Amino acid sequence: MTDIAVTDDVRPNETVGLEKRRAWVSVLLHVLLIGASILMLYPLLWMLSASFRPEEEIFSATSLIPSSVSLEAYPRGWFGLRVDFGTFFWNSFVISILSVIGNVLACSLAAFAFARLKFWGRNFWFAIMLGTLMLPYHVTLIPQYVLFLNLGWVGTMLPLVVPKFLAADAFFIFLMVQFFRGIPRELDEAAMMDGCSAWRIYWRIMLPLSLPVLATAAIFTFIWTWDDFFGPLIYLTDMRTYTVQLGLRSFVDSTGLSDWSGLFAMSMLSLVPVFFFFLFFQRLLIEGIATTGIKR
Amino acid sequence: MTTIASPASPYVPTRGRLARVLARNGAGYLFLLPWFIGFLGLTAGPALASLYLSFTDFDLLTSPRWIGAANYVRIATADPRFIASMQVTFVYVLLSVPLKLAFALLVAMALNRGMKGLPWYRAIFYLPSLLGTSVAIAVLWRQLFAGNGLVNSFLANFGIEGPSWISNPNYSLYTLVVLSVWQFGSPMIIFLAGLRQIPQDMYEAASLDGASKWRQFWKITLPLLTPVVFFNAVVQTIEAFKAFTPAFIISGGTGGPINSTLFYTLYLYQEAFGFFRMGYASALAWILLVIVALFTAFSFLTARYWVHYDD
Repeated sequence: MTDIAVTDDVRPNETVGLEKRRAWVSVLLHVLLIGASILMLYPLLWMLSASFRPEEEIFSATSLIPSSVSLEAYPRGWFGLRVDFGTFFWNSFVISILSVIGNVLACSLAAFAFARLKFWGRNFWFAIMLGTLMLPYHVTLIPQYVLFLNLGWVGTMLPLVVPKFLAADAFFIFLMVQFFRGIPRELDEAAMMDGCSAWRIYWRIMLPLSLPVLATAAIFTFIWTWDDFFGPLIYLTDMRTYTVQLGLRSFVDSTGLSDWSGLFAMSMLSLVPVFFFFLFFQRLLIEGIATTGIKR
Repeated sequence: MTTIASPASPYVPTRGRLARVLARNGAGYLFLLPWFIGFLGLTAGPALASLYLSFTDFDLLTSPRWIGAANYVRIATADPRFIASMQVTFVYVLLSVPLKLAFALLVAMALNRGMKGLPWYRAIFYLPSLLGTSVAIAVLWRQLFAGNGLVNSFLANFGIEGPSWISNPNYSLYTLVVLSVWQFGSPMIIFLAGLRQIPQDMYEAASLDGASKWRQFWKITLPLLTPVVFFNAVVQTIEAFKAFTPAFIISGGTGGPINSTLFYTLYLYQEAFGFFRMGYASALAWILLVIVALFTAFSFLTARYWVHYDD
């Protein structure tokens, strides 16, 4: 009897102690994580505040709050080059949107064939497609350049956009195949019985059921195209065709780093579209990464 | 009312062999057509062409001249910038990938305790890796680590006079390593997804047996997570080999100071589009391909000794 009474007394104390310890660990962890968050975001917030600062303050202030707020750097940066940033933003926007359309269309067509259609050599081509994922782009870079040069495309946006319509980003094919395979086969088998053509099954059944993966592919294509520097650097020669990334590069070169606040202002603006997707489609982005291992 | 000739009859009328082959395979190949054109015209064809070009002298203006293995011989024996770019790239890969993955795993484990505010933390830690490769971030880094940049202004508060990180060849590469580690967000998300897969009762059983948290990490978490570690390591390493934009912006395209940020891709770019030595650059590209392939093969071969698959 007494034994039981003793254990009854001790148990609650033990759990209270454990809970207390847990609470402390949790508080400590939050403190650490908040500290880490501040450290992670500090450079970005600092750049934002630097774009509003008087120029002479940029290289002395470590705080986030400017002594006086001025929007001057924005128009100065915007018109700081021979061609204004409106043109660069427009070019980037057109290239990114066309890339999204091309990627989503071409990759979903190929993915539908791999996931649902039966044809001779399917597994072989699928393996080849996966193999191209591993291929560093350096190996195809120079002959592609020669090809586009001979087609007279260098200096236009075509070398940046046309490959997307040919499903050159095979990663998205893989992503969509994975998703298509998860859609119950009964749906398209029933449609097939009713005499639906492969095209109608693709267009009327698969695509409408695959909006999440199509959106994920679209958003990542947009962000990667928007951020791309290497492609535009090689193919765009005339400043009027430059993308935002190239515009920023020219800004660094031409002002010789004398106009930091203008540069920061344009840098901040260049991040806005990506940040927009981050804010509104975060779940889609994070799920895309968690389930497929997208690299960034 | 003859039902025999009804068009709904399931019997396919006899057709030629070709027609039957087309009917069975046509749709598949039609859907695959864009990819097929791209694969032949933009991937397979160019890859073979670049292998050929790597044995030539080619400046875009005159047609390629066959010079045998001369490009490869020169790379192996008489190209100090190749050696420099190799060193830079390997130091970068070997430092940035493990550090990035360690951070990613550490933060993922901290977040995996059913923390309040998880979505917030996750979003904040992920943001840099989403923005990471844009020119704006490279521009920012160039200022942060400049002689009179933010990092040194901060250090000055403690009376420390920091060096000019970017323009000092001893430090410039490490600023790029820091930039890469700052972007640990996406491997972190993959680790988080992997940690969710580990059954909680394994930990409960282990703690009943008196296993410490430390032991639980080494005996349960890490072994069960090795497939994810493996995946992240392969992907991040390949990405690190391809790094270009930050080095280009921070060094103004030179790979300086004293070749200290001459990433392999940057060197290849200079040879191809700075000096128009297209044959030589093709040889560089094929060497990179071989290195990446060897690395990948090595990871897959050793995987069976350390990657834990439960089957």
